[in-house]
Amino acid sequence: MRRVVVTGLGLVTPLADGVEKSWERILDCQSGAGKITGFDPSKVTTQYACEVPLGDGTDGTFNADKYMDPKEQRKVDTFIMFGMAAAQQAIEDAGWMPEDRESLERTGVLMGSGIGGLNSIANTAVMMAEKGPRRVSPFFVPGALINLISGQVSIKYGFRGPNHAVVTACSTGAHAIGDASRLIQHGDADVMVAGGAEAAICEIGIAGFNACKALSTKYNDDPAKASRPWDEDRDGFVMGEGSGMVVLEEYEHAKARGAKIYAEVLGYGLSGDAHHITAPPPDHEGAERAMRAACRNAGIEPTQIDYVNAHGTSTMADTIELGAVERLVGPEAAAKLTMSSTKSATGHLLGAAGAIEAIFSILAIRDQVAPPTINLDNPAVETKIDLCANAKRERKIDIALSNSFGFGGTNASVVFGKVT
Amino acid sequence: MSDVADRVRKIVVEHLGVEEDKVTETASFIDDLGADSLDTVELVMAFEEEFGIEIPDDAAETIQTFGDAVKFINGAQ
Repeated sequence: MRRVVVTGLGLVTPLADGVEKSWERILDCQSGAGKITGFDPSKVTTQYACEVPLGDGTDGTFNADKYMDPKEQRKVDTFIMFGMAAAQQAIEDAGWMPEDRESLERTGVLMGSGIGGLNSIANTAVMMAEKGPRRVSPFFVPGALINLISGQVSIKYGFRGPNHAVVTACSTGAHAIGDASRLIQHGDADVMVAGGAEAAICEIGIAGFNACKALSTKYNDDPAKASRPWDEDRDGFVMGEGSGMVVLEEYEHAKARGAKIYAEVLGYGLSGDAHHITAPPPDHEGAERAMRAACRNAGIEPTQIDYVNAHGTSTMADTIELGAVERLVGPEAAAKLTMSSTKSATGHLLGAAGAIEAIFSILAIRDQVAPPTINLDNPAVETKIDLCANAKRERKIDIALSNSFGFGGTNASVVFGKVT
Repeated sequence: MSDVADRVRKIVVEHLGVEEDKVTETASFIDDLGADSLDTVELVMAFEEEFGIEIPDDAAETIQTFGDAVKFINGAQ
């Protein structure tokens, strides 16, 4: 079977624009949460979120002009802009900008989003109600469609290979990376740019997740404390936004061109809960099956995993996932395992979550350090697993597993390994 | 006349991101100013909004240049 490695990374997160700056701030226990600034939140219950810091591009702020012509920016929803920015970073990091026809035809795109252009859809609907259907912009549909991240990136760089997209709610980013690695393994492409993007921090987005009782609501006065996976005082997730993109490449292809190799995609597993539209079952055996499938696909025993980047959204489901991981590795290996939730710092990026967390797992392998779970002051359960509370953990990490679970009962696990 | 031309030019510059001096009488939106077919739909919508007029689809298709736009709008008002 063809091996797949990661040769480029790109991140736009609530901590910063850029991979190194985001990672540095995560290791430093910083939070990306704050009072919502993108719209007037006075009418919604949850008035905080993890927004991407906008600015002139210095000190980790996000300046869209670095990535897109201002004239083009107004034709796309923000999720596409975040996706294009992260994709540009990843492609430049990989140094993969071929011009010959064959290379372009062997390079594909597979990016997704959980919700897509929610804000554009809401605004256009309001505008149409006021001014009538003749005022709907010709850029409304292509600016809101989820697969237009893939479409835009393909057009910008001339990538003519598989042009695909994923929509599996909060598992989107993990599925995109896993599916893209399969396409390379099966020979459909030699290089794939893959990941997820999300920008749903708008009034209807917050209102909708508030109605599902999924969001944290108690921390309007102290947003930085709101995302607290496994903690006694957690009360729901904090919405995040941004994008994570990776360049995946067939191993021999990467070696032949002397590419920098971050890690190998060792395995990928998928499962379904067949249980409930928004909640996992009490034992979340679907999560356990996804993790087992990923380990089997990787050809490893679950006990070999050094680090798990948990789905850990800061909801009641955190401890259910913990139980599934405990069953997966058994008591002996649990005592040697480190697991953390970077959502404590970034909030929950929905369709981008699996992609940014794949990148944090890859960086954990690169730097031999597990990122912290911040705000974990009073763990809700006892466990032998090290949950990396409030401080990064320097340790051996040869194999990392990243979990993502989504509404609709969709589960994905991806295993990354150090390339030796 | 000049007022209409100035307002149309401003819209074209804003929407297509081109220099003002490129927007000449005979400048074609698609061939000279870098617009695609969706851009031209949006331009026509912007003219409708700015001048409070309705430009039917068959008339919109005849508006290919800056000069065409100014002429049509002057005639419609």
